[in-house]
Amino acid sequence: MTISTRTLVEVRDAVADGAATAVDVCTDYLDRIAATDPSLHAFNRVTRERALERAAMLDRSRVADDHRPLLGVPIAVKDNLCTRGVATTASSRALDGFVPPYDATVIARLEDAGAVVVGKTNCDEFAMGSSTENSAFGPTHNPWDLARSPGGSSGGSAAAVSARLVPGALGSDTGGSIRQPAALCGVVGLKPTYGRVSRYGLLAFASSLDQIGPLTLTVRDAALLLEVIAGADPCDATAAPNAVATYADGLDGDLRGIRLGVPSGLLEDGVDADVGRVFDEAVAAFRAAGATIADVALPHASYAIPVYYLIATAEASSNLARYDGVRYGHRASLDPATATLTAMYDRTRSEGFGAEVKRRIMLGTYALSAGYYDAHYLKAQQVRTLIRQDYEAALESVDAVLMPTSPVPAFALGDKVDDPLQMYLLDVFTVSANLAGLPAMSVPAGFTPGRLPVGAQLVGRAFDEAGLLRIADGYERANGWWRESPTL
Amino acid sequence: MSSHLTKADVERIAELARLELSKEEQETFARQLAEILTYAEAVQAVDTTDVPPTTHLLSSHEALRADELRDSLPREDALANAPDAAAEEGFFKVPKVIG
Repeated sequence: MTISTRTLVEVRDAVADGAATAVDVCTDYLDRIAATDPSLHAFNRVTRERALERAAMLDRSRVADDHRPLLGVPIAVKDNLCTRGVATTASSRALDGFVPPYDATVIARLEDAGAVVVGKTNCDEFAMGSSTENSAFGPTHNPWDLARSPGGSSGGSAAAVSARLVPGALGSDTGGSIRQPAALCGVVGLKPTYGRVSRYGLLAFASSLDQIGPLTLTVRDAALLLEVIAGADPCDATAAPNAVATYADGLDGDLRGIRLGVPSGLLEDGVDADVGRVFDEAVAAFRAAGATIADVALPHASYAIPVYYLIATAEASSNLARYDGVRYGHRASLDPATATLTAMYDRTRSEGFGAEVKRRIMLGTYALSAGYYDAHYLKAQQVRTLIRQDYEAALESVDAVLMPTSPVPAFALGDKVDDPLQMYLLDVFTVSANLAGLPAMSVPAGFTPGRLPVGAQLVGRAFDEAGLLRIADGYERANGWWRESPTL
Repeated sequence: MSSHLTKADVERIAELARLELSKEEQETFARQLAEILTYAEAVQAVDTTDVPPTTHLLSSHEALRADELRDSLPREDALANAPDAAAEEGFFKVPKVIG
Protein backbone atom coordinates (compact mmCIF):
# COMPACT_ATOMS: atom_id res chain seq x y z
CA MET A 1 0.00 0.00 0.00
CA THR A 2 1.23 3.49 -0.69
CA ILE A 3 0.81 5.17 2.63
CA SER A 4 2.57 8.37 1.79
CA THR A 5 -0.09 9.74 -0.55
CA ARG A 6 -2.63 9.59 2.23
CA THR A 7 -4.10 12.25 4.41
CA LEU A 8 -3.56 12.29 8.15
CA VAL A 9 -7.10 11.07 8.75
CA GLU A 10 -6.60 8.19 6.29
CA VAL A 11 -3.33 7.16 7.96
CA ARG A 12 -5.01 7.25 11.38
CA ASP A 13 -7.95 5.19 10.10
CA ALA A 14 -5.62 2.61 8.54
CA VAL A 15 -3.96 2.06 11.92
CA ALA A 16 -7.21 2.22 13.90
CA ASP A 17 -8.90 -0.30 11.60
CA GLY A 18 -5.93 -2.65 11.78
CA ALA A 19 -5.18 -2.32 8.05
CA ALA A 20 -1.64 -1.25 8.97
CA THR A 21 0.45 -1.33 12.13
CA ALA A 22 1.97 1.81 13.58
CA VAL A 23 5.40 0.33 12.79
CA ASP A 24 4.44 -0.23 9.11
CA VAL A 25 3.28 3.35 8.78
CA CYS A 26 6.24 4.81 10.63
CA THR A 27 8.75 2.74 8.63
CA ASP A 28 7.15 3.81 5.37
CA TYR A 29 7.43 7.51 6.20
CA LEU A 30 10.93 7.18 7.70
CA ASP A 31 12.15 5.43 4.55
CA ARG A 32 10.63 8.17 2.46
CA ILE A 33 12.37 10.80 4.60
CA ALA A 34 15.70 8.94 4.26
CA ALA A 35 15.33 8.81 0.47
CA THR A 36 14.05 12.33 -0.11
CA ASP A 37 15.23 14.65 2.63
CA PRO A 38 18.85 14.88 1.47
CA SER A 39 17.60 17.00 -1.45
CA LEU A 40 15.13 19.03 0.66
CA HIS A 41 16.72 19.48 4.10
CA ALA A 42 13.30 19.78 5.70
CA PHE A 43 14.63 18.10 8.85
CA ASN A 44 17.33 19.19 11.27
CA ARG A 45 17.04 15.84 13.04
CA VAL A 46 15.19 12.61 12.27
CA THR A 47 14.49 10.56 15.40
CA ARG A 48 14.23 7.21 13.63
CA GLU A 49 15.05 4.90 16.54
CA ARG A 50 12.83 6.70 19.01
CA ALA A 51 9.96 6.85 16.54
CA LEU A 52 10.14 3.13 15.73
CA GLU A 53 10.34 2.24 19.43
CA ARG A 54 7.31 4.34 20.12
CA ALA A 55 5.39 2.89 17.16
CA ALA A 56 6.24 -0.64 18.35
CA MET A 57 5.05 0.28 21.82
CA LEU A 58 1.76 1.56 20.37
CA ASP A 59 1.31 -1.74 18.47
CA ARG A 60 2.17 -3.85 21.55
CA SER A 61 -0.05 -2.02 24.00
CA ARG A 62 -2.86 -1.79 21.51
CA VAL A 63 -6.28 -2.30 23.09
CA ALA A 64 -9.31 -3.28 21.07
CA ASP A 65 -11.12 0.02 21.15
CA ASP A 66 -8.34 2.56 20.86
CA HIS A 67 -10.01 5.60 19.37
CA ARG A 68 -7.21 8.04 20.03
CA PRO A 69 -7.42 10.74 17.36
CA LEU A 70 -3.82 10.44 16.08
CA LEU A 71 -3.19 6.75 16.67
CA GLY A 72 0.01 5.78 14.85
CA VAL A 73 0.27 9.04 12.89
CA PRO A 74 3.84 10.25 12.20
CA ILE A 75 4.22 13.96 12.91
CA ALA A 76 7.15 16.34 12.37
CA VAL A 77 7.64 19.29 14.70
CA LYS A 78 9.46 22.55 14.21
CA ASP A 79 12.83 22.63 15.92
CA ASN A 80 11.79 25.47 18.24
CA LEU A 81 9.50 23.12 20.21
CA CYS A 82 11.10 21.45 23.20
CA THR A 83 11.27 17.67 23.01
CA ARG A 84 12.43 15.83 26.11
CA GLY A 85 15.70 14.03 25.44
CA VAL A 86 15.89 15.21 21.79
CA ALA A 87 18.15 18.14 20.84
CA THR A 88 16.22 21.35 20.16
CA THR A 89 18.08 24.17 18.42
CA ALA A 90 15.65 26.62 16.76
CA SER A 91 18.24 26.33 13.95
CA SER A 92 20.68 28.39 16.04
CA ARG A 93 24.27 27.81 17.14
CA ALA A 94 23.25 29.52 20.37
CA LEU A 95 21.52 26.28 21.38
CA ASP A 96 24.37 23.95 20.44
CA GLY A 97 24.07 20.83 22.57
CA PHE A 98 20.78 21.79 24.23
CA VAL A 99 18.68 18.76 25.13
CA PRO A 100 15.43 19.85 26.78
CA PRO A 101 14.58 18.22 30.12
CA TYR A 102 10.86 18.51 29.35
CA ASP A 103 8.33 18.29 26.52
CA ALA A 104 6.40 21.27 25.19
CA THR A 105 2.71 20.90 26.07
CA VAL A 106 1.84 20.40 22.38
CA ILE A 107 4.33 17.51 22.16
CA ALA A 108 2.85 15.82 25.22
CA ARG A 109 -0.64 16.28 23.76
CA LEU A 110 0.38 14.82 20.38
CA GLU A 111 1.82 11.75 22.08
CA ASP A 112 -1.15 11.34 24.41
CA ALA A 113 -3.30 11.32 21.26
CA GLY A 114 -1.24 8.45 19.83
CA ALA A 115 1.03 10.38 17.44
CA VAL A 116 4.64 9.42 16.71
CA VAL A 117 7.08 12.35 16.51
CA VAL A 118 9.55 11.49 13.74
CA GLY A 119 11.82 14.53 13.75
CA LYS A 120 12.55 18.21 14.18
CA THR A 121 12.12 20.47 11.19
CA ASN A 122 14.36 23.23 9.90
CA CYS A 123 13.34 26.86 10.33
CA ASP A 124 14.72 30.37 10.28
CA GLU A 125 16.85 30.89 13.39
CA PHE A 126 14.52 31.44 16.37
CA ALA A 127 11.68 31.65 13.81
CA MET A 128 12.99 34.98 12.51
CA GLY A 129 12.61 35.06 8.76
CA SER A 130 10.36 34.33 5.80
CA SER A 131 12.54 31.94 3.80
CA THR A 132 14.18 29.33 6.11
CA GLU A 133 17.50 30.69 4.83
CA ASN A 134 18.38 32.13 8.26
CA SER A 135 19.15 28.65 9.59
CA ALA A 136 22.56 27.86 11.02
CA PHE A 137 22.24 24.49 9.26
CA GLY A 138 21.50 25.76 5.75
CA PRO A 139 18.22 26.40 3.94
CA THR A 140 15.33 24.07 3.20
CA HIS A 141 14.45 23.63 -0.48
CA ASN A 142 10.95 23.99 -1.88
CA PRO A 143 9.65 20.57 -3.08
CA TRP A 144 8.01 22.25 -6.11
CA ASP A 145 11.33 23.72 -7.27
CA LEU A 146 14.48 22.87 -5.36
CA ALA A 147 16.13 26.15 -6.37
CA ARG A 148 13.43 28.06 -4.50
CA SER A 149 12.71 28.82 -0.86
CA PRO A 150 9.86 26.99 0.90
CA GLY A 151 9.04 30.25 2.69
CA GLY A 152 9.50 30.59 6.42
CA SER A 153 10.02 30.47 9.16
CA SER A 154 8.32 27.03 9.41
CA GLY A 155 9.73 26.11 5.97
CA GLY A 156 10.91 22.65 7.05
CA SER A 157 7.46 21.70 8.34
CA ALA A 158 5.75 22.98 5.17
CA ALA A 159 8.24 21.25 2.84
CA ALA A 160 7.94 17.97 4.77
CA VAL A 161 4.14 17.91 4.45
CA SER A 162 4.21 19.05 0.83
CA ALA A 163 6.68 16.28 -0.11
CA ARG A 164 4.56 13.72 1.79
CA LEU A 165 7.39 13.00 4.23
CA VAL A 166 4.83 13.23 7.03
CA PRO A 167 1.02 13.55 6.94
CA GLY A 168 1.14 16.49 9.37
CA ALA A 169 3.49 18.86 11.15
CA LEU A 170 3.54 21.61 13.74
CA GLY A 171 4.95 25.06 13.14
CA SER A 172 4.87 28.38 14.94
CA ASP A 173 3.52 31.64 13.56
CA THR A 174 4.57 35.06 14.85
CA GLY A 175 3.97 37.08 11.66
CA GLY A 176 2.99 34.46 9.09
CA SER A 177 5.52 31.70 9.76
CA ILE A 178 2.96 28.89 9.38
CA ARG A 179 0.73 30.41 6.67
CA GLN A 180 3.35 31.80 4.27
CA PRO A 181 5.41 28.58 3.94
CA ALA A 182 2.14 26.63 3.71
CA ALA A 183 1.15 28.85 0.77
CA LEU A 184 4.55 28.60 -0.94
CA CYS A 185 4.60 24.79 -0.57
CA GLY A 186 0.94 24.16 -1.45
CA VAL A 187 -0.33 22.86 1.91
CA VAL A 188 -2.83 23.94 4.58
CA GLY A 189 -1.46 26.05 7.46
CA LEU A 190 -3.43 27.32 10.44
CA LYS A 191 -2.44 29.98 12.95
CA PRO A 192 -4.92 29.69 15.81
CA THR A 193 -6.30 32.58 17.86
CA TYR A 194 -3.81 34.08 20.30
CA GLY A 195 -4.30 32.00 23.45
CA ARG A 196 -5.88 28.98 21.73
CA VAL A 197 -2.77 26.77 22.02
CA SER A 198 -0.34 26.59 24.94
CA ARG A 199 3.15 27.92 24.20
CA TYR A 200 4.77 26.08 27.11
CA GLY A 201 7.98 24.66 25.65
CA LEU A 202 7.97 26.90 22.55
CA LEU A 203 11.23 28.86 22.40
CA ALA A 204 9.79 32.37 22.69
CA PHE A 205 10.29 34.93 19.91
CA ALA A 206 7.60 37.62 20.41
CA SER A 207 5.28 36.64 23.23
CA SER A 208 2.31 38.85 22.31
CA LEU A 209 2.25 37.33 18.80
CA ASP A 210 3.57 33.72 18.87
CA GLN A 211 1.14 30.83 18.29
CA ILE A 212 1.70 27.15 17.50
CA GLY A 213 -0.41 25.54 14.79
CA PRO A 214 -0.73 22.67 12.30
CA LEU A 215 0.45 22.22 8.70
CA THR A 216 -1.36 19.45 6.82
CA LEU A 217 -2.56 18.37 3.39
CA THR A 218 -6.24 18.96 4.09
CA VAL A 219 -8.44 21.23 6.17
CA ARG A 220 -9.93 18.24 7.99
CA ASP A 221 -6.43 17.11 9.00
CA ALA A 222 -5.68 20.60 10.35
CA ALA A 223 -8.97 20.54 12.30
CA LEU A 224 -8.03 17.24 13.89
CA LEU A 225 -4.52 18.37 14.85
CA LEU A 226 -5.84 21.62 16.30
CA GLU A 227 -8.39 19.72 18.37
CA VAL A 228 -5.54 17.72 19.93
CA ILE A 229 -3.18 20.60 20.73
CA ALA A 230 -5.67 23.34 21.75
CA GLY A 231 -6.87 24.22 25.21
CA ALA A 232 -5.98 25.61 28.63
CA ASP A 233 -2.70 24.63 30.26
CA PRO A 234 -1.62 25.19 33.86
CA CYS A 235 1.93 25.73 32.52
CA ASP A 236 0.94 28.69 30.30
CA ALA A 237 -1.08 31.55 31.77
CA THR A 238 -1.76 32.89 28.27
CA ALA A 239 -3.50 29.67 27.14
CA ALA A 240 -7.19 30.57 27.26
CA PRO A 241 -9.78 28.41 29.04
CA ASN A 242 -12.34 28.68 26.18
CA ALA A 243 -13.85 25.29 25.36
CA VAL A 244 -12.19 23.40 22.50
CA ALA A 245 -14.68 22.39 19.81
CA THR A 246 -14.62 19.08 17.97
CA TYR A 247 -13.51 21.02 14.92
CA ALA A 248 -13.46 18.13 12.45
CA ASP A 249 -17.10 17.27 13.20
CA GLY A 250 -18.34 20.69 12.08
CA LEU A 251 -17.06 20.41 8.52
CA ASP A 252 -20.20 20.11 6.44
CA GLY A 253 -18.99 21.67 3.21
CA ASP A 254 -21.82 24.16 3.09
CA LEU A 255 -20.81 27.69 2.11
CA ARG A 256 -24.31 28.99 1.46
CA GLY A 257 -24.94 32.15 3.45
CA ILE A 258 -21.23 32.62 4.27
CA ARG A 259 -20.07 36.20 3.83
CA LEU A 260 -16.45 36.88 2.91
CA GLY A 261 -14.73 40.26 2.81
CA VAL A 262 -11.94 41.08 0.38
CA PRO A 263 -9.83 44.12 1.39
CA SER A 264 -9.40 45.26 -2.20
CA GLY A 265 -7.77 48.53 -1.13
CA LEU A 266 -4.94 46.56 0.47
CA LEU A 267 -4.49 44.40 -2.62
CA GLU A 268 -4.06 47.28 -5.07
CA ASP A 269 -0.29 47.37 -4.91
CA GLY A 270 2.45 44.84 -4.92
CA VAL A 271 0.62 41.58 -5.64
CA ASP A 272 2.41 39.47 -8.25
CA ALA A 273 0.26 39.19 -11.39
CA ASP A 274 0.14 35.38 -11.33
CA VAL A 275 -0.78 35.35 -7.63
CA GLY A 276 -3.46 37.96 -8.34
CA ARG A 277 -4.99 35.82 -11.12
CA VAL A 278 -5.06 32.69 -8.94
CA PHE A 279 -6.56 34.69 -6.10
CA ASP A 280 -9.30 36.11 -8.36
CA GLU A 281 -10.15 32.54 -9.41
CA ALA A 282 -10.32 31.51 -5.74
CA VAL A 283 -12.73 34.36 -5.03
CA ALA A 284 -14.88 33.20 -7.96
CA ALA A 285 -14.76 29.63 -6.63
CA PHE A 286 -15.93 30.74 -3.19
CA ARG A 287 -18.78 32.58 -4.86
CA ALA A 288 -19.64 29.56 -7.00
CA ALA A 289 -19.80 27.44 -3.84
CA GLY A 290 -22.44 29.74 -2.36
CA ALA A 291 -20.50 32.39 -0.43
CA THR A 292 -21.20 36.06 -0.94
CA ILE A 293 -18.22 38.36 -1.45
CA ALA A 294 -18.12 41.94 -0.20
CA ASP A 295 -15.46 44.60 -0.14
CA VAL A 296 -14.10 45.40 3.31
CA ALA A 297 -11.88 48.23 4.46
CA LEU A 298 -8.88 47.64 6.70
CA PRO A 299 -7.60 51.23 6.62
CA HIS A 300 -4.67 50.67 9.00
CA ALA A 301 -3.52 47.32 7.57
CA SER A 302 -0.97 49.09 5.40
CA TYR A 303 0.88 50.03 8.61
CA ALA A 304 0.98 46.43 9.80
CA ILE A 305 4.56 45.73 8.69
CA PRO A 306 6.26 48.64 10.48
CA VAL A 307 4.07 48.07 13.56
CA TYR A 308 4.90 44.38 13.53
CA TYR A 309 8.65 44.85 13.10
CA LEU A 310 8.81 47.39 15.94
CA ILE A 311 6.78 45.24 18.37
CA ALA A 312 8.15 41.81 17.41
CA THR A 313 11.78 42.92 17.56
CA ALA A 314 11.26 44.71 20.88
CA GLU A 315 9.81 41.55 22.39
CA ALA A 316 12.54 39.44 20.78
CA SER A 317 15.30 41.62 22.22
CA SER A 318 13.87 40.89 25.66
CA ASN A 319 13.09 37.18 25.13
CA LEU A 320 16.50 36.40 23.66
CA ALA A 321 18.33 37.98 26.60
CA ARG A 322 18.23 34.51 28.17
CA TYR A 323 20.84 33.14 25.73
CA ASP A 324 23.84 34.19 27.77
CA GLY A 325 25.94 31.02 27.96
CA VAL A 326 25.18 30.34 31.62
CA ARG A 327 22.40 27.76 31.83
CA TYR A 328 22.30 26.06 28.42
CA GLY A 329 23.56 26.24 24.87
CA HIS A 330 26.74 27.72 23.48
CA ARG A 331 29.34 29.44 25.67
CA ALA A 332 32.34 31.24 24.19
CA SER A 333 35.79 29.99 25.21
CA LEU A 334 37.69 32.74 26.98
CA ASP A 335 40.92 32.74 28.88
CA PRO A 336 39.78 31.97 32.45
CA ALA A 337 42.54 34.15 33.91
CA THR A 338 41.25 37.33 32.30
CA ALA A 339 37.61 36.55 31.38
CA THR A 340 34.90 38.76 32.82
CA LEU A 341 31.22 37.90 33.04
CA THR A 342 30.15 40.61 30.60
CA ALA A 343 32.88 39.66 28.11
CA MET A 344 31.60 36.08 28.29
CA TYR A 345 28.01 37.25 27.63
CA ASP A 346 29.01 39.48 24.72
CA ARG A 347 31.23 36.92 23.01
CA THR A 348 28.81 34.03 23.58
CA ARG A 349 25.88 35.91 22.03
CA SER A 350 27.94 37.21 19.12
CA GLU A 351 29.15 33.72 18.28
CA GLY A 352 25.78 32.07 18.84
CA PHE A 353 23.39 34.33 16.92
CA GLY A 354 23.24 34.68 13.13
CA ALA A 355 22.95 37.99 11.27
CA GLU A 356 19.13 38.25 11.16
CA VAL A 357 18.74 37.52 14.87
CA LYS A 358 21.40 40.13 15.72
CA ARG A 359 19.70 42.63 13.41
CA ARG A 360 16.33 42.11 15.12
CA ILE A 361 17.79 42.25 18.62
CA MET A 362 19.49 45.53 17.65
CA LEU A 363 16.28 46.96 16.17
CA GLY A 364 14.21 45.92 19.18
CA THR A 365 16.76 47.22 21.67
CA TYR A 366 16.73 50.55 19.83
CA ALA A 367 12.89 50.70 19.78
CA LEU A 368 12.81 50.14 23.55
CA SER A 369 15.73 52.39 24.48
CA ALA A 370 15.45 55.65 26.41
CA GLY A 371 14.40 58.49 24.14
CA TYR A 372 12.94 56.23 21.45
CA TYR A 373 10.40 54.18 23.39
CA ASP A 374 7.45 56.58 22.96
CA ALA A 375 8.10 57.32 19.28
CA HIS A 376 8.60 53.71 18.28
CA TYR A 377 7.31 51.05 20.67
CA LEU A 378 4.42 52.94 22.24
CA LYS A 379 3.32 54.41 18.90
CA ALA A 380 3.40 50.93 17.36
CA GLN A 381 1.22 49.56 20.17
CA GLN A 382 -1.31 52.35 19.57
CA VAL A 383 -1.48 51.65 15.83
CA ARG A 384 -1.83 47.98 16.74
CA THR A 385 -5.06 48.91 18.55
CA LEU A 386 -6.34 50.58 15.36
CA ILE A 387 -5.47 47.51 13.27
CA ARG A 388 -7.40 45.32 15.73
CA GLN A 389 -10.38 47.68 15.63
CA ASP A 390 -10.40 47.58 11.81
CA TYR A 391 -10.72 43.79 11.92
CA GLU A 392 -13.39 43.91 14.65
CA ALA A 393 -15.45 46.28 12.49
CA ALA A 394 -14.93 44.24 9.31
CA LEU A 395 -15.83 40.96 11.02
CA GLU A 396 -19.17 42.39 12.12
CA SER A 397 -20.36 42.38 8.52
CA VAL A 398 -18.46 39.36 7.16
CA ASP A 399 -17.63 35.90 8.52
CA ALA A 400 -14.00 36.02 7.41
CA VAL A 401 -11.59 38.25 5.54
CA LEU A 402 -10.19 36.70 2.35
CA MET A 403 -6.89 37.71 0.77
CA PRO A 404 -3.74 36.18 -0.70
CA THR A 405 -1.43 34.64 1.91
CA SER A 406 1.73 35.91 0.23
CA PRO A 407 2.08 38.63 -2.42
CA VAL A 408 4.52 36.42 -4.36
CA PRO A 409 4.97 32.71 -5.07
CA ALA A 410 8.12 30.86 -3.94
CA PHE A 411 11.21 32.94 -4.72
CA ALA A 412 14.73 31.77 -5.55
CA LEU A 413 17.01 30.89 -2.65
CA GLY A 414 19.50 33.73 -2.19
CA ASP A 415 17.24 36.21 -3.95
CA LYS A 416 16.16 38.33 -0.99
CA VAL A 417 18.24 37.22 1.96
CA ASP A 418 20.67 40.13 1.72
CA ASP A 419 17.93 42.75 1.73
CA PRO A 420 16.11 42.53 5.07
CA LEU A 421 13.54 45.21 4.30
CA GLN A 422 12.47 43.51 1.04
CA MET A 423 12.11 40.24 2.97
CA TYR A 424 9.98 41.95 5.65
CA LEU A 425 7.61 43.33 2.98
CA LEU A 426 6.65 39.76 2.03
CA ASP A 427 4.72 39.55 5.32
CA VAL A 428 2.25 42.26 4.25
CA PHE A 429 -0.87 40.05 4.34
CA THR A 430 0.01 37.84 7.30
CA VAL A 431 1.27 40.03 10.16
CA SER A 432 -2.02 41.81 10.83
CA ALA A 433 -3.74 38.60 12.05
CA ASN A 434 -0.98 38.20 14.66
CA LEU A 435 -1.25 41.85 15.70
CA ALA A 436 -5.04 41.44 16.08
CA GLY A 437 -4.69 38.00 17.72
CA LEU A 438 -7.13 36.46 15.24
CA PRO A 439 -7.18 32.93 13.78
CA ALA A 440 -6.00 32.74 10.18
CA MET A 441 -5.28 29.99 7.73
CA SER A 442 -3.82 29.46 4.30
CA VAL A 443 -5.39 26.95 1.92
CA PRO A 444 -3.96 25.84 -1.44
CA ALA A 445 -5.70 27.87 -4.16
CA GLY A 446 -3.97 26.81 -7.36
CA PHE A 447 -0.74 27.27 -9.26
CA THR A 448 1.10 29.90 -11.26
CA PRO A 449 1.79 29.08 -14.93
CA GLY A 450 5.27 28.03 -13.71
CA ARG A 451 3.69 25.39 -11.41
CA LEU A 452 4.33 27.17 -8.14
CA PRO A 453 1.60 26.87 -5.49
CA VAL A 454 -0.47 29.90 -4.40
CA GLY A 455 -2.35 30.14 -1.11
CA ALA A 456 -5.58 31.91 -0.20
CA GLN A 457 -5.81 33.22 3.35
CA LEU A 458 -8.88 33.43 5.58
CA VAL A 459 -8.88 35.51 8.78
CA GLY A 460 -11.74 34.85 11.19
CA ARG A 461 -13.16 35.91 14.53
CA ALA A 462 -11.29 35.27 17.78
CA PHE A 463 -11.75 31.69 19.02
CA ASP A 464 -13.95 30.85 16.03
CA GLU A 465 -11.56 28.34 14.47
CA ALA A 466 -14.64 26.16 13.92
CA GLY A 467 -16.14 28.76 11.59
CA LEU A 468 -12.84 29.37 9.81
CA LEU A 469 -12.21 25.66 9.22
CA ARG A 470 -15.74 25.16 7.97
CA ILE A 471 -15.28 27.87 5.34
CA ALA A 472 -11.87 26.54 4.28
CA ASP A 473 -13.26 23.00 4.04
CA GLY A 474 -16.19 24.19 1.94
CA TYR A 475 -13.73 25.69 -0.54
CA GLU A 476 -11.41 22.69 -0.50
CA ARG A 477 -14.18 20.19 -1.34
CA ALA A 478 -14.69 21.77 -4.74
CA ASN A 479 -11.06 22.80 -5.20
CA GLY A 480 -8.84 19.90 -4.15
CA TRP A 481 -5.50 21.49 -5.05
CA TRP A 482 -3.83 19.55 -2.25
CA ARG A 483 -4.19 16.38 -4.36
CA GLU A 484 -1.44 17.61 -6.66
CA SER A 485 1.93 16.66 -5.30
CA PRO A 486 5.43 17.77 -6.27
CA THR A 487 7.57 15.42 -8.33
CA LEU A 488 10.68 14.46 -6.42
CA MET B 1 12.08 61.91 6.67
CA SER B 2 14.93 59.52 6.99
CA SER B 3 16.58 57.89 9.95
CA HIS B 4 20.29 58.00 10.39
CA LEU B 5 22.35 55.94 12.77
CA THR B 6 25.90 56.96 13.65
CA LYS B 7 28.66 54.53 14.51
CA ALA B 8 28.28 55.67 18.13
CA ASP B 9 24.52 54.86 18.03
CA VAL B 10 25.22 51.35 16.79
CA GLU B 11 27.91 50.81 19.44
CA ARG B 12 25.54 52.00 22.17
CA ILE B 13 22.70 49.72 21.01
CA ALA B 14 25.08 46.75 20.73
CA GLU B 15 26.28 47.37 24.27
CA LEU B 16 22.70 47.48 25.57
CA ALA B 17 21.95 44.27 23.65
CA ARG B 18 25.13 42.57 24.95
CA LEU B 19 26.45 41.94 21.45
CA GLU B 20 30.04 42.26 20.31
CA LEU B 21 29.90 43.35 16.67
CA SER B 22 32.69 43.31 14.11
CA LYS B 23 33.46 46.53 12.27
CA GLU B 24 31.80 45.09 9.19
CA GLU B 25 28.65 44.17 11.14
CA GLN B 26 28.54 47.67 12.64
CA GLU B 27 28.61 49.24 9.18
CA THR B 28 26.07 46.84 7.70
CA PHE B 29 23.65 47.16 10.61
CA ALA B 30 23.96 50.97 10.67
CA ARG B 31 22.85 51.06 7.04
CA GLN B 32 20.16 48.36 7.28
CA LEU B 33 18.64 49.57 10.56
CA ALA B 34 18.47 53.11 9.21
CA GLU B 35 16.69 51.82 6.12
CA ILE B 36 14.18 49.83 8.21
CA LEU B 37 13.60 52.72 10.63
CA THR B 38 13.06 55.11 7.73
CA TYR B 39 10.42 52.76 6.37
CA ALA B 40 8.87 52.42 9.86
CA GLU B 41 8.47 56.19 10.11
CA ALA B 42 5.23 55.71 8.17
CA VAL B 43 3.49 54.97 11.48
CA GLN B 44 4.21 58.52 12.67
CA ALA B 45 1.60 59.73 10.19
CA VAL B 46 -1.19 57.88 12.00
CA ASP B 47 -3.30 59.98 14.37
CA THR B 48 -3.22 58.07 17.67
CA THR B 49 -4.68 60.78 19.88
CA ASP B 50 -6.55 59.07 22.73
CA VAL B 51 -5.84 55.60 21.27
CA PRO B 52 -4.84 53.19 24.04
CA PRO B 53 -1.85 50.95 23.33
CA THR B 54 -2.47 47.21 22.95
CA THR B 55 -0.46 45.66 25.75
CA HIS B 56 -2.41 42.43 26.18
CA LEU B 57 -4.67 40.55 23.78
CA LEU B 58 -6.39 38.43 26.39
CA SER B 59 -8.44 40.19 29.01
CA SER B 60 -11.09 37.51 29.29
CA HIS B 61 -9.55 35.32 31.93
CA GLU B 62 -7.50 35.49 35.07
CA ALA B 63 -4.85 32.85 35.21
CA LEU B 64 -4.63 32.39 38.95
CA ARG B 65 -4.10 29.12 40.73
CA ALA B 66 -4.05 27.96 44.32
CA ASP B 67 -0.74 28.69 46.04
CA GLU B 68 0.20 25.07 46.54
CA LEU B 69 3.56 23.37 46.59
CA ARG B 70 4.32 21.50 43.36
CA ASP B 71 7.15 19.46 41.99
CA SER B 72 9.61 21.42 39.91
CA LEU B 73 12.42 20.42 37.57
CA PRO B 74 14.94 18.29 39.51
CA ARG B 75 18.16 20.22 40.13
CA GLU B 76 20.33 17.77 38.20
CA ASP B 77 18.05 18.16 35.15
CA ALA B 78 18.24 21.94 35.41
CA LEU B 79 22.03 21.79 35.54
CA ALA B 80 22.45 19.11 32.87
CA ASN B 81 22.58 21.58 29.96
CA ALA B 82 24.92 24.11 31.55
CA PRO B 83 28.20 24.70 29.69
CA ASP B 84 29.88 24.83 33.09
CA ALA B 85 28.27 23.66 36.32
CA ALA B 86 29.22 22.28 39.69
CA ALA B 87 26.78 19.38 39.68
CA GLU B 88 27.74 18.16 43.17
CA GLU B 89 27.33 21.53 44.85
CA GLY B 90 24.36 22.35 42.64
CA PHE B 91 25.22 25.61 40.94
CA PHE B 92 26.05 27.18 37.57
CA LYS B 93 29.59 28.48 37.11
CA VAL B 94 30.46 31.79 35.44
CA PRO B 95 33.68 33.82 35.08
CA LYS B 96 34.74 35.78 38.12
CA VAL B 97 32.45 38.76 38.75
CA ILE B 98 34.33 40.57 41.56
CA GLY B 99 38.06 40.72 42.07
